[in-house]
Formats: sequence, C-alpha cells, structure tokens
Amino acid sequence: MALFSIENIQIKGISCAVPKDIYSNMDYERISIKEREMLIRTTGVEKRHVAKFGTTTADLCKVATNKLLNELKWQRSDIEILIFVSQSRDYLIPATACILQNRLELSKNCMAFDVNMGCSGYVYGLSIIAGIMAATKLKKGLLLVGDVSTLNTSYKDKSTFPLFGDAGTCTAIQFVDGAQMNFNLQTDGSGYEAIIIRDGGCRNYASKESFDSKKYSDGIERNRVELELDGIQVFNFSLKEVHLNILTLLEFRKNKVEEIDYFIFHQANKLINESIRKKLKIPIEKFPYSMAEYGNTSSASIPLTILAALSENLQNQNQKLLLSGFGVGLSWGSAIIDFKNVVCLPIIEMD
Amino acid sequence: MEDIAAFIKKIENEFEELPKETLKPETSFRQIDDWSSMHALIIIALIDSEYDVLLSGEDLRTAETIQDLFNIVKTKRS
Repeated sequence: MALFSIENIQIKGISCAVPKDIYSNMDYERISIKEREMLIRTTGVEKRHVAKFGTTTADLCKVATNKLLNELKWQRSDIEILIFVSQSRDYLIPATACILQNRLELSKNCMAFDVNMGCSGYVYGLSIIAGIMAATKLKKGLLLVGDVSTLNTSYKDKSTFPLFGDAGTCTAIQFVDGAQMNFNLQTDGSGYEAIIIRDGGCRNYASKESFDSKKYSDGIERNRVELELDGIQVFNFSLKEVHLNILTLLEFRKNKVEEIDYFIFHQANKLINESIRKKLKIPIEKFPYSMAEYGNTSSASIPLTILAALSENLQNQNQKLLLSGFGVGLSWGSAIIDFKNVVCLPIIEMD
Repeated sequence: MEDIAAFIKKIENEFEELPKETLKPETSFRQIDDWSSMHALIIIALIDSEYDVLLSGEDLRTAETIQDLFNIVKTKRS
C-alpha cells in the first residue's frame, strides 16, 4: 500500500501563471443557450484562461518560478532538484525539465526530470520531490506543475472543450527539520481509456488519419490527437474511490475530517467535487473552489486553488491542509500537509 | 426501498427546468427536453447519494424508461 509519511520537508512558497485570454462558456455556440446554462451550473466552469497557440506549460511555469524565486530571495545556484509534472510537454524528446533548468538559469548541479501525470499530478509530484529530498537531504527544490490542456481539446467536442483551462505553477520545497507530509497514492490502469489522447505516442504513432475529425454523437466531434473523455466512467470512478482514499489517509494520520483546516481538491467539475464533499461531510467553507474562474486546470488545479481562494486565510498561519487529486490514469492520491508561513503569490496573468 | 413515485419526485427536484409531474414510470428519460450527458451525471449523483448505488455507463445505456432505472437501482440494492 502506497500509504506513507515523509519527514523534514516543507512547502515554502507557491506561485501560478495563467494566460491572459479568457474564454467564457456562455459564448460556446456549439450548444444552445439553455444547454450552456445547464453546463455551467453542473460543471461550475463559467470561464477559463486559454493559452495562445504556441504558449506552453513550460512558458507559464517559467514566469511563475521567476517571480517566486525573487520573492523568496532564493539563489538559483542553490536549487538542487527540479521536477516538471505535466502532460503537455514542449517536445516528445527531450524532457521539458532539462530545458527549464537552462531557461531558469539553474546550476548544472541540479537534477531535473519530467513526470507524466495529470489530475493526480500535484499530489504525486509532491510525494516524489519530498521523498527524494528527505532521503538525500537536498536542501532546496522546485516542483513545476501544470498543463495547457486547451491545445488538445476539440472545439466541436462539448464533452471536453468547455471544461479545461490552462495554468503553470511553481512550488518551492525546502528541507526543514521536524516537518511532516503524509500520502496515500493509488492507481487503476484498467481505466486508462477513460481520459486519453489516442494517437501520437508509440502505441498509435501519429499518421495522416490521426488528424481526420470524426463525429461520435451530437456535439461530439474530434480527431485522434485530441482529448477524449468518458464523463460517466470518470464520474463513477471518482464517486467510488476518492472518499475511501481520503478516509484511509485520515485514519493513517489519526486525523478526523474536523481536524483538517482546508480540503483542496483537484477541480474536476462541480458535480463530482460536491458529491465527494457530501460523502465526507466536509463543510463548504473548508472546501474552496476555483473552477468558476479557471476551469479544470489538470495538474495545476490544487496549487491554483490555494492561491485563488485561500491566499489571505493562509498567510502567516499554521494550517493543516488535505490535498486530493484524481483522474487520468486512472490515478488518484491525497496528502495531508502542514502549511506554515508559506509565501502565496497572487496569480500572474501572462500576455 | 421506497416506491417509484418518490424516486420520480427526486429526479424532478434535480431538474429545475422540468415542469412538475411530467415524468411517468414509462417516460423514456432521453426524451426529456434538451437531454444531455449532464442529465445522466446528475442522475448518477442523485442515485449514489440517495440509494448508495452507482449506476454504470452500461446501466444507463440499457435503460430506456424511468421504470427501467428504478428497477436497476432496486436490483443493485438487493
């Protein structure tokens, strides 16, 4: 069971950059106004920040990182580990983390690699960087997490197009005696087709046919390099697994729901998140949302929600947060972290 | 388990725009005005919270009427 604690690692700061351009779902003319209203009511996504063609996750993460390093007054030469978690990397080869090491002017003595995870990516990424730093006693690390998902959604696919927004985040991690994080990480690869881009990898190498658009049903038309999402399967998985994962973690840490100050969930959609919240009997004031303004930003949604909805409540305080990410893979996980004097920067809008 | 009238009432409560007392056991639920996958998700969420039963995509595909849905919930609960 991937249920464990990591000692002596703490988050020191979080920053996030989103593209300036906003798409309002009320302007989505592929569906009737009535359906748009229902979509917004059900998913909770009113608008989303959408990257210009050519802007990548790495570009957003770079802006977020520069700002945070300046704010924390961290020396670039002190960063010994950089992990980039994303499913929208710059190139198939090489790893984007390597490119970012150079663009961020970090030292050559910095280890850097990519992790290919989506909705659960922040929690997974945090466990990886914290695990390595705790074991090796590296002092300072950067966890860059985010996605430009809108690039891979089809305008003609109402099951994906209105949901996603783009964002890149940076979380500064430091070795601090006495700190603790707890994790419960899970996987069910039998559901790998629930959220998938079928072509472009090695299993189905991109071909001319990959770009042929096909109509699957009313309002659902896409090609094979665009994102496909089985809403009902994802919904069922989320209702079945996420609360159990969280209860197991709470029990492991000997915490009750009431002892957690805030529950920061991946912003899947409002119906899913509300259903899980009610199962766990979490009061709404402990359960912040950011999806109305930013949509589902994949792996970036947890740090983005902390900044968008909680910054003021968290400044200079000692709080206990439970983070939960779930989705593509299928992969899911939760973490309980102590959130103490963390620098939370305002969200940056990038041209 | 409660009867189908209560079941219908719960579904009607979820769909604000639906005039009350228009759903019957024999209503084919896909005929509800502007039926979309959003409706399907709302029904799944409702049934999960009210009856502790998770409907699969397959369950929804095979069901035609409200009565069919009710029967599936009943079978899965027993």
